[in-house]
Amino acid sequence: MLKLFLRRVALTLPTFVALMFVTFVAVRLVPGDPIEVRTGERGISPERLAQFRHELGLDRPIWQQFLDYANGLLHGDFGVSIVTKTPVLNEFLILFPATLELAFCALVFAIVLGIPAGVLAAVKRGSIFDHTVMTAALAGYSMPIFWWGLLLIMFMSEYLGLTPVSGRMDLINYYFEPVTGFMLIDSLLSDQEGAFGAAVAHLILPSIVLGTIPLAVIARMTRSSMLEVLGEDYVRTARAKGLSPLRVVGLHALRNALIPVVTVIGLQTGTLLAGAVLTETIFAWPGVGKWLIESISRRDYPALQGGIMLISGIVILVNLIVDLLYVAINPRIRHGG
Amino acid sequence: MPLLSIRNLSVTFATSRGPFRAVDGVDLDVEAGELVAIVGESGSGKSVAMLAVMGLLPWTATVTADRLTFDGRDMLALSARGRRKIIGRDLAMIFQEPMSSLNPCFTVGFQIREAMKAHLDLSRAERQARAVELLELVGIPEPERRLSAFPHQLSGGMSQRVMIAMALACKPKLIIADEPTTALDVTIQAQILDLLLRLQKDSGVGLVLITHDMGVVAETAQRVCVHYAGQQVEMQETRGLFRDPHHPYTAALLAALPERAQGRMLPSIPGVVPGLADRPKGCLFSPRCRFATDTCRNVPPPRAGAEFGFALCHTPLLAGVPQRREIAA
Repeated sequence: MLKLFLRRVALTLPTFVALMFVTFVAVRLVPGDPIEVRTGERGISPERLAQFRHELGLDRPIWQQFLDYANGLLHGDFGVSIVTKTPVLNEFLILFPATLELAFCALVFAIVLGIPAGVLAAVKRGSIFDHTVMTAALAGYSMPIFWWGLLLIMFMSEYLGLTPVSGRMDLINYYFEPVTGFMLIDSLLSDQEGAFGAAVAHLILPSIVLGTIPLAVIARMTRSSMLEVLGEDYVRTARAKGLSPLRVVGLHALRNALIPVVTVIGLQTGTLLAGAVLTETIFAWPGVGKWLIESISRRDYPALQGGIMLISGIVILVNLIVDLLYVAINPRIRHGG
Repeated sequence: MPLLSIRNLSVTFATSRGPFRAVDGVDLDVEAGELVAIVGESGSGKSVAMLAVMGLLPWTATVTADRLTFDGRDMLALSARGRRKIIGRDLAMIFQEPMSSLNPCFTVGFQIREAMKAHLDLSRAERQARAVELLELVGIPEPERRLSAFPHQLSGGMSQRVMIAMALACKPKLIIADEPTTALDVTIQAQILDLLLRLQKDSGVGLVLITHDMGVVAETAQRVCVHYAGQQVEMQETRGLFRDPHHPYTAALLAALPERAQGRMLPSIPGVVPGLADRPKGCLFSPRCRFATDTCRNVPPPRAGAEFGFALCHTPLLAGVPQRREIAA
């Protein structure tokens, strides 16, 4: 088990090196640099431009910039934002709870709906329910997040007036200092009546929008995995014991069907964090996704590089955890069989 | 009243190419403690017939029967819930592939105790004790340790022993064993078969043994049913069947036994089992039958009486000679 863990950790190292290189290059391929973007149409004298570039180290050879950056990363230094002059890691840590909260709720939404929908669709294969779920899943998977988000805002917020349009909290009605950074927890800690409800209300639409693609993927995966498992001999054995259909499907079949689904859920964390960039922009959600988009328009190289590295690191970490979870639910791997 | 009584059992599957009748008019009586064998080649509907008794067929299957009773209860009239109270307790089944018939995600002990939990009023400790006892009974060494093993840690023979232990868990009245040794090594086959027979003798449980191995039949069963293309073509006492088969298919099957081969060539039955598309109008065996007449090819055969082993044939054999009978067709 420990050996497996260490091997998996070692395998992530080349991924990090490649990532470091790609982010560094990709960020610089975007036309314009931080100073040009900031001066805009006003223009700037060539001397001033050269001076600013020198201050930021942008006049040095590109390979030297890369080595500096890599050296910093190895020492846990993600650099300082050009715009805010604060360390990138600090900015990230302040904003990340908002993204994590949103991604977590989206994933819970996707799992809680997706797995039962997939199971039912498989059990009632060929029924109207099956066709409805699978068509909806296909639509959900194919829908542009932007369009879906706007559609929901128009219907739920504008037309029905049920949910807030944007943000994490009604700042006019409630204010409290962040303790954990998670609005659901902070609002409970604040003892302000209605604050928790407001936090939940703000989370609903973004979670649905962000959770739609994972929901579609999980539902489809659960269905196909379940269909395969339902035809297995051991499911027939379970039926032959006279067990209830709930136990046969919900325990004997589902336990086996979940093995590939867990892998897919792990892979979805990447989708979730990528989707968070769009979702946070639509809903003005103050998380790392929105921060990254803003950093792009400001050409804030350190913030972009650091943010992407940190998010990638989290995705890799989650996949590592999923691999270990996979071992826990699949005894055949646990015993090296 | 026999323990299991089946009259005119038919199973039809709805397929994309139209209905397919996998089992066609099967009769069977099994008395308590009796061992009956069902033989037939692959696809002859022997497993499907028994799965129908258990109620384990998929929803695409339609099961009809004039009578299908187990232990005095009409299995077709029972609700799904009512049937679940019987199967796994009084009526258990052992399957062909022991390795894939055990759930890979649960320990052997969990899977054995589960049947008891569903049907018997035993405490957790009693179930555990009975599970240990069962594994000892089926000849698994170190039963306490084996109970916490996962199926992939067991060999095929061990898995089948576990399956047998599972079937015995609730002290059933009848066990249906669907080719229990087919998937195993030849050396293990004999062990598992011996085990089944010993357990059957000791506990007095009824046993329906589905097989395509005539050798197994000769050694074990009191009575034999022969299936061909979904139909039951003959049913006799084992000794009578081997001495004087009445249906031409049975006769051909016995003649094809390697032990009975003479000369260098192994005898075989020419042709193949008819499929959905090429089903003959008359007797299903007529295209392959040495004795087939025009009547055989065009008119479905009647069922003969007990003196002819209930053979489904126009011209049942007596000492290898076809007997012409008056046909009311």
